[in-house]
Amino acid sequence: MLQALYENIEQTVAVILFGIGFVILLLQRNLIRKIIGLNIMSTATYLFLASMGYIHGRKAPIVVDGVTQAIHYINPVPTGLVLTGIVVSVSFTGMMLALTVRLYRRYRTLDIDQIALMARQEEVE
Amino acid sequence: MSLAHNFPFFTILLCLLAGVVTSVLKPRAAKYLTLLVSLVVLGLSAATLVLTLRLESSYSFMMGHFPAPWGNEIRIGRLEALMATGFSAVLFITLVAGLYHMPMFVSQKKFSLYCIMVDLALASVLVMLYTNDLFTAYVFIEIITIASCALVIVRQNGHTLVAATRYLIMNLLASGLVLLGIAMLYGITGHLLMEPLQEAVREIYQTGNYAQPLTVVIALITVGLAIKSALFPFHAWAPDTYAFGPPMSSAILSGIISKAYIFLLIKFFYRVIGFDIIRQSHIDDFLFYCGVAGMIMGSVMAISQRDIRRMVAYSSVAQIGYVYMGLGMASMAGVAAALFQMLAHAAAKSLLFLSTHELVSVSGNHKRFHSLHGAGYRNVAAGIVFTVSAMSMVGIPFTGGFIAKLYLASAAIPLGGGMRVLVLVALAVSTLLNAVYFLHTVVSIYRRPAEDVLYPPAHHIPRYVVAALFVSMLMTVYLGIGSGPIMRVIESGLKMFA
Repeated sequence: MLQALYENIEQTVAVILFGIGFVILLLQRNLIRKIIGLNIMSTATYLFLASMGYIHGRKAPIVVDGVTQAIHYINPVPTGLVLTGIVVSVSFTGMMLALTVRLYRRYRTLDIDQIALMARQEEVE
Repeated sequence: MSLAHNFPFFTILLCLLAGVVTSVLKPRAAKYLTLLVSLVVLGLSAATLVLTLRLESSYSFMMGHFPAPWGNEIRIGRLEALMATGFSAVLFITLVAGLYHMPMFVSQKKFSLYCIMVDLALASVLVMLYTNDLFTAYVFIEIITIASCALVIVRQNGHTLVAATRYLIMNLLASGLVLLGIAMLYGITGHLLMEPLQEAVREIYQTGNYAQPLTVVIALITVGLAIKSALFPFHAWAPDTYAFGPPMSSAILSGIISKAYIFLLIKFFYRVIGFDIIRQSHIDDFLFYCGVAGMIMGSVMAISQRDIRRMVAYSSVAQIGYVYMGLGMASMAGVAAALFQMLAHAAAKSLLFLSTHELVSVSGNHKRFHSLHGAGYRNVAAGIVFTVSAMSMVGIPFTGGFIAKLYLASAAIPLGGGMRVLVLVALAVSTLLNAVYFLHTVVSIYRRPAEDVLYPPAHHIPRYVVAALFVSMLMTVYLGIGSGPIMRVIESGLKMFA
């Protein structure tokens, strides 16, 4: 068991990081910390993907010196997925930050529970 | 391959293009373009449905230049076309009936942006219906999440901000789970397209390697999509989001977007994993019990609401419970019933949100039940429409809701003893509970108001809005009367689907 975990050290670390990020995003009350948690979580997934695509001793899939056999290169698909994923997580971070700025301007706090409490006391128009 | 084979691709491209073009348009032009696009999508989807009814099996459509095991493709069958037609019809009617009151919630400057989000949401729904590639599905899950959050956030008050933040956080957690699930699945199979994935999954299953990772993958993706579609224990974000967003956004979110996630989940079960392996993993039991709990608890919570829009929002949780119960039966009949319930709920729920808004706005924007007394007389059309859609929610004969419940009940008959009894009891109890709060509301909108209350003068409702509401109402009634052909399409579509 431990041996297997050690052999797949990247994946093990990635899943642990994913858990950390997930819990931060779920449980932290501070919105900025939540956003950091989100980024830890998504970065962990990218580590997971990228480590799966890596094959020891091979090169990045860019054709140089006319070497075209696939056997010389690592799997490019996960790298592509990671790039797409990065775009997604950047836009989500932007969206969350925008919401956070708006909430902060309105309530002068970053604590989501306090904000919810204050919002509840407002009259619904 | 004839021109008609390209229609599904055209619909997706059209929505995306419209999103881009809308960004430079004036609000008025943006509004008409969005309406036009959704109408064209409806027409093309209906044409696709007619085409697929003639075909014996579904067909794949290659996107880009790489063939099957590597490239990206969409796959079109009867079921996808039927759902696309149903959803775009609901969206078109919602837009016609809802866009005129959007200036109440969105400033003129941002109206075009709102229209972009509607276009993007429609594009993502279509992609999620048609795509044959798991990672494309993930990307469009994210696009739809951003679009739907933006649809809610346009209404600028504290409640909406908090609701939208909660919505976004829950959805991000869910997206994370789905992405990790897809990454793991890619890791053990090396594929992203659904057909090669299914072959690889079968092989893995037979050899017995990676049994635990496969179970983890199924759990991650199922729970992720369940959070996004507001299945009962994960529904916490739903009521506030539906209740505080603009009514049209709530109608789109609850009527269409949550269904797209469920459709994707059905696709994942059928086309990626295969139902026999799903049964072995017992995730269907989990969905079944959550669905049953949601049917009961959603209704119980709806009864305890004092605010009509929150009540309607909680009833969505209950109705999603029905869908998951059908799905959890893990039989052809159960899934078919769940799909029918998705259509019936999409038609009735958007109607319910829109007519609720009309009733509330003729009652001085008060959402409490006692201030709604007599609203059914002040706005006769909205009163009738609300009553009919409430009847569909309760499951009164001649409405879509009744037929959906009937199919769910008959799908339960072949099940084992305990489960069959549970389904029938849950259906009976939840119908009773639905009746309690919906009929209570219907009675209260037709009750004579107190003499001394002065209501604001009723604003003029355009004729086309009334017409759209009635057309949608007829759709609900049609689903109740002419369900036979639709059910046949669903059943034959499911056979093509697998």
